[in-house]
Amino acid sequence: MTWVERWEMIMRFLPDLVEGTLMTLELVGIAVVVGLILAIPLGIARASRHWYIRALPYTYVFFFRGTPLLLQLFLVYYGLSQFEAVRESVLWPYLREPYWCALITMTLHTAAYIAEILRGAIQSVPGGEVEAARALGMSRRQALQYIILPRAIRIGLPAYGNEVILMLKASAVVYTITLMDIMGVVRGINARTYQFELFFLVAGLIYLTITIVFTQLFKLVERWLKVEASRRR
Amino acid sequence: MLDLHGFGPALIEGTWMTIRLSLASVALGLLLGLLGASAKISDNTLVRGVGGFYTSVVRGIPETLWVLLAYYGTTSIFNYLGSFFGNPYLTLSPFVAGTLALGLCFGAYATEVFRGALLAIPNGQKEAGLALGMSRPRIFWRITLPQLWRVALPGLGNLYLILLKDTALVSLISLEEIMRKAQFASNATKEPFTFYFMAALIYLGLTVIIMAALHVFERRANRGFARTEL
Repeated sequence: MTWVERWEMIMRFLPDLVEGTLMTLELVGIAVVVGLILAIPLGIARASRHWYIRALPYTYVFFFRGTPLLLQLFLVYYGLSQFEAVRESVLWPYLREPYWCALITMTLHTAAYIAEILRGAIQSVPGGEVEAARALGMSRRQALQYIILPRAIRIGLPAYGNEVILMLKASAVVYTITLMDIMGVVRGINARTYQFELFFLVAGLIYLTITIVFTQLFKLVERWLKVEASRRR
Repeated sequence: MLDLHGFGPALIEGTWMTIRLSLASVALGLLLGLLGASAKISDNTLVRGVGGFYTSVVRGIPETLWVLLAYYGTTSIFNYLGSFFGNPYLTLSPFVAGTLALGLCFGAYATEVFRGALLAIPNGQKEAGLALGMSRPRIFWRITLPQLWRVALPGLGNLYLILLKDTALVSLISLEEIMRKAQFASNATKEPFTFYFMAALIYLGLTVIIMAALHVFERRANRGFARTEL
């Protein structure tokens, strides 16, 4: 097989590859945004002074960070159907669909990691700033809203960017529950053409490109939010 | 309690396979990490470029893809190589392919950890070694490496915990580790939740054990050092 033939073959499957790429981007995009929203209360609770508030988010984070995403995916997609109550619930039309299972699992998974990032960021806000806010007569709630969270977001942003890229790579397992993401499409093409090396290479290049674009985008956002400047004290 | 329908021993076998796979991958990954870090701080531009290429390419591509690539993507090469030795069906076993893929990924991340640790060791120590007439390999073994562990251990520990979870991906190329065994058991009993949850508990248990072991290692590596307290 010559390189011209290989190129033509890639071009023939280009529409499928684009669709797979969009599917991956869609899943990751929704998961990291909804995950962030879920992670904010989780992260705040994780940084609480009271053990009984810390305990539940701690268990959540421990479970989702301590087990593989592939396993969590199987637990949701295959595991939940074991229970009659789930099969008869109103959620079943969603929990039966691989797409929703993947989305739910990825969101819960990344929320645990983002919550941990947020906790670390909250705890690394200099104590003096919190004390200053309290001394100015702010309530604990106000200090959290106006001082701690805006600072924590800047501190945590680079780690959040890393998490998005890690999620992008982790999302490659969703093809196992029949979703046609980049890996799913490439596996399908491989089964038809037997060009394993070629199309794995193509998949690798797609992932690599997305990673590089994401990295640059996050650098822009960091510059825009002046993360560097807020670090210098 | 959970009824395992006699699949308990199979899960234990799977756990043992997971442990073996993770240790083999770490051994390869540490070697690659040390090589990568040495390349990245090298004075030679070309060597530095190779190191940079290795870390950015490997870290930009999903572990899943590396695992599949190491297994399915090498078949034709190994068949071709095998044909010279009278075995045209030569392929990598799932264990070897998994070790290669996970070791490669671990190595790329370990490169960054080792690089940071190498830079944390004052250059004066190396110069002192040279002044005492020690050879470069001897300086590496006697002065750099023992201190490297102390600085690199927390980072490597985190990477090992990540690697442990990535071993689940090798079930995709049919290595019979925890995930694969849980899959067999849930297919046979039609109780997927029971077995995947059991597998989750095993991963959590392994995580706790590794964290405890790392704590002991770190204490030992830090003996004689004052801890920085905020």
